Amino acid sequence: MMRAALAIIRRDLAVFARAGGGLVLAPGFFALVATLFPLALNPEPGILRLLAPAVVWVAGVLAVLMSLERIFGEDIEDGSLDGLALSALPLELAVLAKALAHLLAFGLPLVALAPLVALAYRLDGAATLGLVVALLAGLPALTLIGMLGAALTAGLRRAGALVALIVVPLELPVLIFGVWSAAAAGPEAAAGLAYLGLFSLAALLVVPWVAAAVLRLVLE
Amino acid sequence: MLTRAISPRAVLALLRRADPWLQVATLALFGFGLVDALLLSPPDYQQGESVRIMYVHVPAAYLASQVYLLLAAASALYLVWRNPLADMAAEAAAPLGAAFTALALVTGSLWGRPTWGAWWVWDARLTSVLVLFFLYLGYIALRQAVETPDKARRLAAWLAVIGAIDLPVIRFSVEWWNTLHQPASLLRPGGPSIDPSMLRPLLVMMAAYQAFFLLVWARQLRARLAPRLRHEAAARKEAA
Repeated sequence: MMRAALAIIRRDLAVFARAGGGLVLAPGFFALVATLFPLALNPEPGILRLLAPAVVWVAGVLAVLMSLERIFGEDIEDGSLDGLALSALPLELAVLAKALAHLLAFGLPLVALAPLVALAYRLDGAATLGLVVALLAGLPALTLIGMLGAALTAGLRRAGALVALIVVPLELPVLIFGVWSAAAAGPEAAAGLAYLGLFSLAALLVVPWVAAAVLRLVLE
Repeated sequence: MLTRAISPRAVLALLRRADPWLQVATLALFGFGLVDALLLSPPDYQQGESVRIMYVHVPAAYLASQVYLLLAAASALYLVWRNPLADMAAEAAAPLGAAFTALALVTGSLWGRPTWGAWWVWDARLTSVLVLFFLYLGYIALRQAVETPDKARRLAAWLAVIGAIDLPVIRFSVEWWNTLHQPASLLRPGGPSIDPSMLRPLLVMMAAYQAFFLLVWARQLRARLAPRLRHEAAARKEAA
């Protein structure tokens, strides 16, 4: 069971690393979006500080969206998703393993890049820490909700805009609380973090089950 | 075909019988409601004549959410029992709900300009309705994008149910964000109490919108149901 799940994670990471853009894709995209804002706005330190959490979270949502098509797309084409559905490993766990792989390949690089973005946006140490902690608390929810959209549109050709239309409304709560807890301080930030954690936990409990049901339907 | 609690034939007959009544109700209610709302009811002491937008705006907003509830409930029924009627009900409701939501957004915007001095305010209520509109669009787009009809039905049903679970969360987050980001502004002029002279046209207009929705929805449903029943009857004849 555990070994099968680990194999899925290893395999997905290898596929992400090799195919189209590899592991540079999400962080590169993230860095580009973060670069555009100061250039498009006026780079006054006060404005940048206010803007930083918003830019990081918007870029995070977009980066997750960008990478969603690769979660199930190739697996459906080459039949490996059928294999997963037929294997002894419950499909719910397979979905969870794939979500974890996605989190490692696309989520963690964003967390690693966030301090750099914070530097460029003139955040101090405490604000930077707040940004990173909020990302860590919210990214699981962001990824898992994305998985739902990926499952619903699995096997569709050119589903890019459709995935965005489906996923963005569902991601809104995470974005709102993410920006809030990154920008706030003290007990308010803690409340925001608690909500983010709650979303991540709820997504962890609900999404694998729903996504597996949806995938079985897609594979019929 | 799975066993069904309700016979589609009886449903079709009921829809056919209801049509003239719904036509009369829609025309009568709109006739009286519009005259009452636009001519007979008094202008507001604060907003003046612009308050009349309320009579076309509030019913649209009310139906926008009501139809989504219907869509989600029908979708859930379809996922559990695979009753084709439930899917037809959902499919017929989606574009209507999207239209009411768009109407609510547009009329709200027109009302916002004279009363709040802005076409759009990032208020919790407005933002939630905008997200509701996106959910409708997503449902319709997903239904069209999936090529296998059966898969399209069930995937869209899942999306409608997921959206229904998510709507209260979205609503709650936007309200939370909003109350923390914006100072309380005078978003509810006149407060919750409303004079009977204005309540009457409002209620009549809500009933008119409701009747109009039921009329169009029932016709959409018939347009899906009748050919299918004919087809099934022909197939049975073939077999016999």
